[in-house]
Amino acid sequence: MQYHTPSSFDDAVALAKDAQGVTRFLAGGTDVLVQLRADIVTPDVLIDIKKIAGVSDITREGDGWRIGVAVTGAEMSEHDTLGKEWPGLVEAMDLIGSTQVQGRATLTGNLCNGSPAADSVPAMVAAGVTVTVTGPNGERKVAVEDIPTAPGKTSLEAGELVTAVHVPARGKSGGDAYLRFIPRTEMDIAVVGCGINLRLDGKKIVEARVALGAVAPTVLLVEEAANAIIGTELDDAALEALAEAASAACNPINDKRGTIKFRTHVAGVLAKRAAKIAYQRAEAAS
Amino acid sequence: MAFDETKTEDFKVVGQRVKRPDGVDKVTGKAKFGADAVAPGMLFAAIVRSPHAHARIVKIDTSKAEALSGVKGIVTRADFATGLTGGDLDVLENVMAGEKALYDGHAVAAVAATSQLVARDAAKLVEVEYEVLPHVTDVDKAMASDAPVIREGAADQSVPEGMHPNVVRYHESGHGDIEAGFAEADLVVEDSFKTEATHQGYIEPHACLAQLGGDNKGELWCCTQGHWNVQKLCAAMLGLETSQLRVTASEIGGGFGGKTAVFIEPVALALSRKTNRPVKLVMSRSEVFRATGPTASTSMDIKIGMKKDGTITAGQGTFRLQGGAFPGAPMEFTAMCAFAPYNLQNVKQVGYDVMANRPKQAAYRAPGSPMAAFAVESVIDELCKKLGLDPIEVRLKNASKQGTKASFGPTWDRIGLVETLEAAQSHPHYSAPLKEGQGRGISCGFWFNHGGETSVTLALSEDGTAQLSVGTPDIGGSRASMAQMAAEELGIPYENIRTTIADTATLGYNEVSHGSRVTYASGLATIKAARAAVKILCARAAAKWGIDEDAVVWENGCAKPSGPNAGEFDPLPIEKLTRSMGRTGGPIVGHFEATPEGAGVSFATHIVDAEVDKETGQTKVVRYTVVQDAGKAINPAYVEGQFQGGAAQGIGWALNEEYIYGEDGRLQNSVFLDYRIPVASDLPMIDTVIVEVPNPGHPYGVRGVGETSICPPLAAIANAVSNAAGVRLKELPMSPPRILAALEDQANNG
Ligand SMILES: Cc1cc2nc3c(=O)[nH]c(=O)nc-3n(C[C@H](O)[C@H](O)[C@H](O)COP(=O)(O)OP(=O)(O)OC[C@H]3O[C@@H](n4cnc5c(N)ncnc54)[C@H](O)[C@@H]3O)c2cc1C
Repeated sequence: MQYHTPSSFDDAVALAKDAQGVTRFLAGGTDVLVQLRADIVTPDVLIDIKKIAGVSDITREGDGWRIGVAVTGAEMSEHDTLGKEWPGLVEAMDLIGSTQVQGRATLTGNLCNGSPAADSVPAMVAAGVTVTVTGPNGERKVAVEDIPTAPGKTSLEAGELVTAVHVPARGKSGGDAYLRFIPRTEMDIAVVGCGINLRLDGKKIVEARVALGAVAPTVLLVEEAANAIIGTELDDAALEALAEAASAACNPINDKRGTIKFRTHVAGVLAKRAAKIAYQRAEAAS
Repeated sequence: MAFDETKTEDFKVVGQRVKRPDGVDKVTGKAKFGADAVAPGMLFAAIVRSPHAHARIVKIDTSKAEALSGVKGIVTRADFATGLTGGDLDVLENVMAGEKALYDGHAVAAVAATSQLVARDAAKLVEVEYEVLPHVTDVDKAMASDAPVIREGAADQSVPEGMHPNVVRYHESGHGDIEAGFAEADLVVEDSFKTEATHQGYIEPHACLAQLGGDNKGELWCCTQGHWNVQKLCAAMLGLETSQLRVTASEIGGGFGGKTAVFIEPVALALSRKTNRPVKLVMSRSEVFRATGPTASTSMDIKIGMKKDGTITAGQGTFRLQGGAFPGAPMEFTAMCAFAPYNLQNVKQVGYDVMANRPKQAAYRAPGSPMAAFAVESVIDELCKKLGLDPIEVRLKNASKQGTKASFGPTWDRIGLVETLEAAQSHPHYSAPLKEGQGRGISCGFWFNHGGETSVTLALSEDGTAQLSVGTPDIGGSRASMAQMAAEELGIPYENIRTTIADTATLGYNEVSHGSRVTYASGLATIKAARAAVKILCARAAAKWGIDEDAVVWENGCAKPSGPNAGEFDPLPIEKLTRSMGRTGGPIVGHFEATPEGAGVSFATHIVDAEVDKETGQTKVVRYTVVQDAGKAINPAYVEGQFQGGAAQGIGWALNEEYIYGEDGRLQNSVFLDYRIPVASDLPMIDTVIVEVPNPGHPYGVRGVGETSICPPLAAIANAVSNAAGVRLKELPMSPPRILAALEDQANNG
């Protein structure tokens, strides 16, 4: 196994492009090292990206944010303003693992690991987060929902890596929320996850994005669910329509973590609950 | 005090919350657990395990593995003793597969190499050719006529004719006429229940360091609940003379019954003998789940008749337990514990021990009893509800007492069930108001407790301190409790006693730390050993004073004349007597060896409040109170710890823990991420009430407390959840999908 610590993204790209065999980038390592120890993936080449300048910074980008690819969950939670603007996103990241894991785990790692159950991903999709992907052919900006393609698979080409995460401007009267269902209170993998981001005009919802995790091979951006609440004041009828649309979009599997029936039902329940929280936050921000 | 007297009051050290002597070492990391031992020239081992639930082993080709640089030796079944029978053969079959792999994770071969990484890589290079056979993992399916046969001829004579060969033992007990009893009842409730296998979940995986020479003399360091048992079994597996293998028990990171068996120790010894080097073998968590002993899974039918006033007229139970691919599921305990709390005129219980393609079950805290309580106490709860009766009143009305003929035969001596029920009834928890969405459940539970072979030595040092050697590994703070009892007898400070878990060369045979026996049996032996030392001390004082031995008494750490008639002498403190012991007759040592039979049984009553989210099926345990009879709490803090630990494990078993097998018979969740043991934030503060109804069989009245605490939780939680959800849950774990499914069933079928 080879271990590299490039000091620039260009070097990282060059190393990744020429790498032979199984290649992994090493951000927090909370997936990579666990998979290595458990004999699930034994990389031939490990490219540690934490030595690259700026990867641990959270900086303003217009009225939005640029989050470095090695920023940990703990750093996001402790940031002064990020969590005030995007509480749902920060809470989703904060749900990952324990205090120890929070000191290492990153948004980018959570996204690029490709798990359909990744907690921060529905929250990012709901928030409209994009990432910069850098590779041998230069840079491109990609919506978060276009990164995962199947469990454990992403749309990144050989030699490509994520070099920045872009969180849009919060703007006025907006709110987001993320909820997940786990049988325990901590240290578990989402059986269902739901991220919702919306904007109000007065009491009326004028924009909404609803994303679901762990109910399909990849994260789902459910337009029908968003449409169910846009133009409403989130009354009971709207909530029911939201739940129905969320459940209808599910395409889950039966496994040790939950049944198809259970996941489909709970997706609707969480959508309602998350929408209420996001709505309250948007009202408070009005 | 006379030497055989029972002491029930005026304790000075017993009953105190003293600090545990191993505490500092454990929090500073100095304590040596199974994996902490090293030896010069040590090799590391890895085990090759079957990926199939049931397969004939056609061929094992080790040539590629042997060719790997650093590999020093490989063993298969051919490297173990032949000609074993009965239980020893079962253990060997489980330790290393013979002709067939019987479950996913069954050991097939093992490699020793110069590093852990090389050993792991080499294990992957061992090529095993399997002929995959049909498998079965569910207890009911394993009994069905079309089930694959796990092993022909495994059944004993108890099994009725016509049963499937996978049914290997049968039990029946009870008394009275159940049909007449049911006819007397105003209401009869009959129902079926299932529970899934759960793992003890101890934090320390099995680990050992073995050295065995070609001369068949060996040393073994391992993490175990009982090293004499390890010595005996390993000697049999390897064809050694028992005394030539010295076994030392490491500190132990939990066992709960799961470390009363051997899994890796014979393998490490075989590798050591083959390579002539020390061999270290440490299991991964995944290996612990796949290949050590979880508890049995069950399928149970219960029928109980009750009069309108709450009198139980008859009880009947059928208990089918699956214990893996070997005989031994504790179905007789399930059957015997089921109705033990109640005074029944008509009772019958039947048990079946069933084999399936799963790992060999091992003891887990009161093996078999928690499942029985789940089934029986659920039906009693249902009867109380339908008849509009208070669940504690009903249990009090039917409670077993001194003189009651137990459901499985014996007549109870002094027992404390009524006292636990009364304490529960008057506890503020029982009358506290419930919030919307919450339900309350109660349950009783019973465990036999055990005595067992015990040997203890207490040696006095020249400065008047004492070295206490016991042979029961300390899994619950027993070194502290033993020192307290010795200090009480010797009349010296607790801190002046050092308790050591001695190795197998130092004491006579000690049965494993199981059956809640340690504080009872090793405690009894400690008291008797201390009294034997005191007797010698008194004799030395008598000799010095020139008076009769019987005229000397022992008080507060001093020998004194028994009264004015004995003579006028100043008290002789222990250190004066020990300083001169070399000149007055030699070292002063008290010892005691016996198989004490008076382990008092223990009962408990638990109260649980649970909150169920009816939209997601999620349960939160919001309040929990354990009331249990400890006989006499030597160290109340550790007694409370046992109460809380049993409840915590019960919460996991009731709500989320389970062995999940795929269609292919492979275990799906062999990591703590998916085997959902409760995390700290899942648990409420668990309140405890210690009831003390002294056990007549122990000098201070001790009853074991370690196991009874896990008997009521499954039932108490099921009753609470059923009350909160408004629907009876009959299958464990009561995971969110199961609760939602039960709610949906009820909505559809009324
Ligand atoms: C105890 C524990 C609990 C956990 N709990 C949760 C949980 O509750 N919810 C949850 O969603 N996850 C959980 N996880 C999984 C894990 O912590 C998260 O997925 C985490 O966000 C991964 O981030 P990381 O920085 O550690 O990723 P790493 O392990 O460093 O990398 C993960 C993957 O991303 C790739 N990668 C990393 N950086 C880049 C990049 N810049 N460009 C391209 N690819 C990249 C790597 O090649 C690898 O494939 C848990 C893990 C553990 C060990």
